[in-house]
Amino acid sequence: MTISASPPPIAAAATLQADLQLLLLIRHFENLLLDLFDTGKLNGTTHTCLGQEYIPVALTPLLRADDYIFSNHRGHGHYLARFGDPEGLLAEIMGKAGAVCHGVGGSQHIKRGRYLSTGVQGESLPVANGVAVHLKCEGKGGVAVAYIGDGTWGQGAVYEALNMAKLWSLPVVVVVENNHIAQTTSQARNMAGSIAKRAAAFDVDFIHIDGSDLEAIRQTLTPALARVRTQHQPLVIEFETQRLGPHSKGDDTRSTEMLAELKRHDWHARYQAAHPELFQTVEREIQTKLAGLQQEIEKRPPAKWLRKTA
Amino acid sequence: MSERVVENLNRSLKALMAADASVYFIGEDVLDPYGGAFKVSRGLSGSFPERVFSTPISEAGIMGLAGGLALAGQKAIVELMFGDFIFLAFDQIINFASKSVTMYGETLPYHLLVRCPVGGNRGYGATHSQSVQKFFIGIPNLALYELSPLHDNNVWIPKLMNCGQPCVLFENKILYTQPQLGPGPVDDLFQVDFLDAAGLMARACIEPDPAGKVLLLAPGGMFHACLKAARQLFLEQEIEVQIVVPLQLYPFPAESLRELLPQYRAIHVVEESTAGGTWGAEVTATIQKIFAGNFPRPIHLIHSLDSIIPSARHLESEVLVQPDTIVKAVSGRAT
Repeated sequence: MTISASPPPIAAAATLQADLQLLLLIRHFENLLLDLFDTGKLNGTTHTCLGQEYIPVALTPLLRADDYIFSNHRGHGHYLARFGDPEGLLAEIMGKAGAVCHGVGGSQHIKRGRYLSTGVQGESLPVANGVAVHLKCEGKGGVAVAYIGDGTWGQGAVYEALNMAKLWSLPVVVVVENNHIAQTTSQARNMAGSIAKRAAAFDVDFIHIDGSDLEAIRQTLTPALARVRTQHQPLVIEFETQRLGPHSKGDDTRSTEMLAELKRHDWHARYQAAHPELFQTVEREIQTKLAGLQQEIEKRPPAKWLRKTA
Repeated sequence: MSERVVENLNRSLKALMAADASVYFIGEDVLDPYGGAFKVSRGLSGSFPERVFSTPISEAGIMGLAGGLALAGQKAIVELMFGDFIFLAFDQIINFASKSVTMYGETLPYHLLVRCPVGGNRGYGATHSQSVQKFFIGIPNLALYELSPLHDNNVWIPKLMNCGQPCVLFENKILYTQPQLGPGPVDDLFQVDFLDAAGLMARACIEPDPAGKVLLLAPGGMFHACLKAARQLFLEQEIEVQIVVPLQLYPFPAESLRELLPQYRAIHVVEESTAGGTWGAEVTATIQKIFAGNFPRPIHLIHSLDSIIPSARHLESEVLVQPDTIVKAVSGRAT
C-alpha cells in the first residue's frame, strides 16, 4: 500500500540547534523539578528521565502529528520532545493555572491530542494495539508508539499485546528504554533472558540501539519506522541507556562509583565537547527561560478542574 | 415459539453493528460457526468479518484493545467468556478505561461495553459461576447494568454503547435460553409494566397497587427465581409480592422509585452474589440516602452464602439463592 504525504512533524526540523534545545530543555526541566521538591515547592511525586533525554529527542522528527504516543510514569521527556511545552507541563505538575490537564493528571497522567501517559506498567501496550487497529484501518500510515522500560517486561500484558500485534500485523512501535534498573532493583534480579529474545519469540522486528548520537539513531530507525507504517509490522526498539537520577526523589540506592560510571556515557558531556559554543549558548537560554517560567507559574492561581458531576 | 433472550441479545448486536460501522466486537472463540461459548455472538463474524476479533486467551490484552479503539474514537464491545475472567482485565477496566474518562482533566467520551456472563446453578464450580457485580460498584465513570428478560436489548444495547462512558452488562447465564418477555402478562397471575419513562425499571405484579405488599427488588438474573417464589407465596400463603427489576445496577436510580418504595410493607433486595459488600447493601444505602436516613420500611438483603460456589448440584443449591430461599425470607419476615 502507499501512504499519503506525511503531515508536518510536531517539532521543527531536526537541526543541531533544535536538538540541543530539546535535549537541554528536558535535562534542565528535570533538574528544576528535583530542586523544587528539595525546596518543598512541589506536591506529590515525580520520575525524572535524566540521562535518557536523547531517546524521545531522537524520535521526534521521525514521528508524525497523527501518530499516537503512549508514555509512562517517567514521561516528562516524551512530552517535552513531542510538544516543546515546558509551561503547560510545569503548570500541571505544580497544579497551577494553564496546566495541560487542569492539574488533575499530574506528573504521570497527561493527555494532549494523540499523546497519553499513564502510571501503570505495561497497561499501554494493549491500548496501543487498539489504537493501531484503527490506524491501520484508516490506511494513512499512522503508528502507535509506546514507551516502556526494561522493568515493564515483568507484566503479562506486554506479552499478550506483542502476541496480538504480530498476529494481526498492527503498526505498533514499542520503545524500550532499557536503563537496567526498575525503581531500585537491578535488571539482574528482575529479568531472565533478554529483550531481543522476547521479541524474537513473537517473530517481532527488533532493533538494538547503543549510543546517544541522534543522527546515527535516526538513520537506523528511519527505514524501520517506514516498514511499520507501510507494512504494518510491529517493531521493538531497545535503547541501551542509563538513568542518572533517582527513581523518584532522593531514593537512589546505587553507589557513587556506579553513578559516576553511568555518567561517563551521558550525552551531555559528549555534545558539550563536540559543540562547545552553541551548547553553552543554548544551555544558558534554556536555564534562563526555565527560571523565568518557574517564577511566573508559581505566582499563578491554582488550576481549576471543571468537573462534570453526574 | 417466542424469541429467547440469547436471540434477542444476538439480534440487537447484529443490528447495532449493521447500523454503526464504528462498532467492533472482541472476544474469545467468537467466530462462526461456534459464535461464542453461549452463542450470543453467532453470525457476527460472518456479517462483519473485519470488525470481529476472535482473540487469544488474553483478557487484559482484549480489554486494552477495546480501550484503545475507544480512545481512537471507535466503539468496542467485549465479550468475556465467563465473568470470573473479568478479574484478569480488572486493571484495564479500572485503571485505564473508566479513569481515562476524567483523569486527564476533561471529559472524554468513551464507547466501551463489556458483556459479562455471570451466575451459577449450572454446576460449573467455583471459577465459572460467580456473580462478580459487587466488585465493580463505586468505580467512577463505570456504569453497571444487568441483562433482564423484561428489557428489550434492541432498545438498550445501542443506548449503553452510546452513553459515552464504559459500561458493564452482567448477563446471568441461565437467562440465555429463557423466553424474552416484555410488557403484558407473563403467566396466569403476573403482568409486567414499566415504572419510569425511560423504561429502566420493570415491574411484575398481580395488581399494580403496591400498598401493603412486599417488594422483591431484583436484577434480571434473579427474575425467574423471584417469580417462582412470588407465585408460591401468593398461592400458598396469600402474601402478595411485586417484583421490580432495574436494568441499571450502578449508579442505582433510586430516585425513580421515590414515590413507590414507601408504599410497600417490606422490601427485600435479592441477588445471587455471595455475602459481603453486596449490591443490595449499596441499594439499601442509596435508598436511605434519598430518604435522608429515615426510610420508613424494613429493607432486607437476600443473597447467597459466604462461600465459594461448589460444583455438585445439591451443594451448589445450598450456597446460591433459590426460589425457596426467597420464600423463606419473605414468609419468615411476614409472620
